[in-house]
Amino acid sequence: MLETRDILETINMIDNEHLDVRTITMGISLLDCIDEDIDKACTKVYDKICRSAKDLVKTGEDIQKEYGIPIIHKRISVTPIGMVAAPCQSKNVVKFAHALDKAAKELGVNFIGGYTALVQKGFASGDYALIESIPQALSETDYVCSSVNIGSTKAGINMDAVKMMGKIVKQTAEVTADRNCIGAAKLVVFCNAPEDNPFMAGAFHGVGEADTVINVGVSGPGVVRAVLAKDGAGKDITEIADMVKKTAFKITRMGQLVAKEASKRLCVPFGIVDLSLAPTPAVGDSVAYILEEMGLEVCGCHGTTAALALLNDAVKKGGVMASSHVGGLSGAFIPVSEDAGMIHAANEGYLDITKLESMTAVCSVGLDMIVVPGDITPEVISAIIADEAAIGMVNTKTTAVRLIPAIGKSAGDELNFGGLLGRGPVMPVRKGSPEVFIKRGGRIPAPLQALKN
Amino acid sequence: MKAVITVIGKDSVGILAKVSEACSKADVNIVEVTQSVLQDMFAMIMLVEIDKSNIGFEQLQANLKAVGETTNTKIHVMHEDIFNSMHRI
Repeated sequence: MLETRDILETINMIDNEHLDVRTITMGISLLDCIDEDIDKACTKVYDKICRSAKDLVKTGEDIQKEYGIPIIHKRISVTPIGMVAAPCQSKNVVKFAHALDKAAKELGVNFIGGYTALVQKGFASGDYALIESIPQALSETDYVCSSVNIGSTKAGINMDAVKMMGKIVKQTAEVTADRNCIGAAKLVVFCNAPEDNPFMAGAFHGVGEADTVINVGVSGPGVVRAVLAKDGAGKDITEIADMVKKTAFKITRMGQLVAKEASKRLCVPFGIVDLSLAPTPAVGDSVAYILEEMGLEVCGCHGTTAALALLNDAVKKGGVMASSHVGGLSGAFIPVSEDAGMIHAANEGYLDITKLESMTAVCSVGLDMIVVPGDITPEVISAIIADEAAIGMVNTKTTAVRLIPAIGKSAGDELNFGGLLGRGPVMPVRKGSPEVFIKRGGRIPAPLQALKN
Repeated sequence: MKAVITVIGKDSVGILAKVSEACSKADVNIVEVTQSVLQDMFAMIMLVEIDKSNIGFEQLQANLKAVGETTNTKIHVMHEDIFNSMHRI
């Protein structure tokens, strides 16, 4: 018989500490939908997604009821549309975005990722048109998410793409200015993008993946914080790391169980569990609060980077034994607008974009959900992307940038998206112009770290 | 399949009887019961066999939730595997 204490611990985690499975994401390959005729290709894309994922939402709901674990999102990721659109030679790439959006609505999923181009080394046929169409695609659809990989440790950084993405991010915010610039919240610029990430907005289905696959993203910052609050007083850092590890193990086991069960019921291979601590704006479900529970007065003060490094590492170590396949982003997320503690720290002036940048060297993603002034220039956005990509490239890790230029607003104002995307204060960026550097274009050569063979 | 029923709340007369009655009506066999009362907080855990249940899992959850409302307790019904996977290696 199970121990009473263990059972009550699980119930308490779910009821009071926001333990949940954040997402079941079905990856679907669209390589067999490629067609020279864009309308035919779009029909094939829509049909294949609807066929492959027809039971996804219901299965997620069934598992949620039976196991009593909240499963917040059911989502879909697809092959980068840049590749699927390559033979169409059409200016109307945005038709693919509409096909994806229609499929998402038909199936009842809340996001579909993969309006993506992988251009870390250069633009292939289709990539350029896709990137150009991102602002229109994100403004005309509701559920489509877009990402562009502009660098990698192996390839270096494509500075032409970096230059372009500064403009695209700004334009995307501008065309959705009437909706709190929401378009930019659905657009991620990556370095070292993982091909099996289940989390939005950066999810896409890599070309090395199976035809369909189930990836699961767990969550649970609230649980980790609660453990530290309950038993952490007076403990040294080694003991704190152990407590995080043990908690991460339990959280991940739950994710593994859900992933295996979903995979079995849908007859789709199990891909990976992404062991990420993904915060939500709900009070208590915050990564910043974990860092504060470790002994920082407020997230953003000196010591934050070290505390985050310890957290990120302990989450991986605890989670990796709990799952047969681990992948995706796996670590601690620091999306400012989605984390109550980060919002507070930013509002009070403890957390700025420079401190966040240093934190991204040790967290699992990057500059995420950061609201910047609406008059920011495309070159400054590009330079922020380049800085972040450089951290990822040199450290052989994923970094990403998801900035939201708040059109018509300036530092001190606030942008409120509502729901899980939360709200964020407009954060000032550094002064000085990187314009000449960004306009050079070209490629930053791959670092020595790339030469491992 | 086995499920775990947990009942947590303020102790009062007849909680065990009412939960057992709901199980019996649904042809749900109770395999094990443990209960503890700490001060006046009541915590009961039942391991039940639900394969032969005459109602669906969801209906059982709803019925027991209703029992929880009448007894002022919180009742969860969850698949046994969730606890096994979280607490056993």
